[in-house]
Amino acid sequence: MDARVKPTAASVDYLLHLADNALVLGQRNAEWCGHAPVLEEDLAMANQALDLIGQARLLYQVAAERLNAEGRTTRPSAWPAGPVTEDTLAYFRSDREFRNYTLQELPHSPGLVPAGVGDRDWGISIVRNFLYGALMEMVWEQLADSSDAQLAAIAAKSLKEVRYHVRHARDWLVRLGDGTDESHQRVQAAVDYLLPFTEEFWVASDVDTLAQPTGADVPALRSAWDARVDDALAEATLTRPTAVAGYVPQGKQGVHSEHLSYLLGEMQSLARAHPGAVW
Amino acid sequence: MSNAPALKDWPLWEVFVRSKQGLEHKHCGSLHASDSEHALQMARDVYTRRQEGVSIWVVPSHLIAASDPEDKELMFDPASDKIYRHPTFYEIPDEVGHM
Repeated sequence: MDARVKPTAASVDYLLHLADNALVLGQRNAEWCGHAPVLEEDLAMANQALDLIGQARLLYQVAAERLNAEGRTTRPSAWPAGPVTEDTLAYFRSDREFRNYTLQELPHSPGLVPAGVGDRDWGISIVRNFLYGALMEMVWEQLADSSDAQLAAIAAKSLKEVRYHVRHARDWLVRLGDGTDESHQRVQAAVDYLLPFTEEFWVASDVDTLAQPTGADVPALRSAWDARVDDALAEATLTRPTAVAGYVPQGKQGVHSEHLSYLLGEMQSLARAHPGAVW
Repeated sequence: MSNAPALKDWPLWEVFVRSKQGLEHKHCGSLHASDSEHALQMARDVYTRRQEGVSIWVVPSHLIAASDPEDKELMFDPASDKIYRHPTFYEIPDEVGHM
């Protein structure tokens, strides 16, 4: 037996990476509330946004608990006094402190198009939910066996949720891809636009190092993820764009697109203007 | 990919939800969806968000034959004065309990 003490608690930074991914996509998807193409899908997207925000809350709660237990004396000046809570982590960290994949924060509109309500494209939202969900289905599966018991419990709950998210997104991907000329062309454009952002999943950074030994080995999931994506694209009669070596987004390292600041600005303004507000 | 125009008006489906094992499916509403799989998915999101169910049926509304509201009198009123059809004239042994 290994004489060294095996750490059984995931690092706070790794928990924040998982939580930020869920929170930022949850916030984005919630933007469809009241604006989705049909009533039933409005509810479907809002349900999924709430699943994601629920996952984020659980992860932030564990992270806050561990930060408080560490008893760090220095903390970012923006944080309210008193013990760290889930709200501290969601509402009082700046964009550079968020560790989510850049993919999560992109608006629901094709690249370089204004992000107003009228410019939102359902295809973008569906493709992103599929690309991210297909990854997280495997990540939560691994984490459900984590030696960190709290993380394993959150993963077991999240796994059920993400399985539905993937079913929903994949179903729409196939309907839109194998639909009309217009739906095919728009969802293909969404695939072409978003797929390069997934490169970030596979490029190991400190987040992936921090993930070990309690977390998932994301770069090792690449071929399984590729197979799932290729299978869905083929069924949807879509083509996978040829990979081009270029800039790889670094959201998980805190270097984001300009879109995250706006998203956080909207999400955090109330909590920052009225700290501790309840209703 | 077909070049047929998109189905702009999705057909109507009736949704039946079973609240728990052993109980019957109950009608709980309707929704528009393009096919049965889609209807099931939407029914899950629209009608089971608050843990209302463990099973869902969807049925195309046009397949349900309904009685005409105008026939209400001739269909249902004749039963109103036949209280002897209710099993309320039997003595139920205590051991049977609630029926």
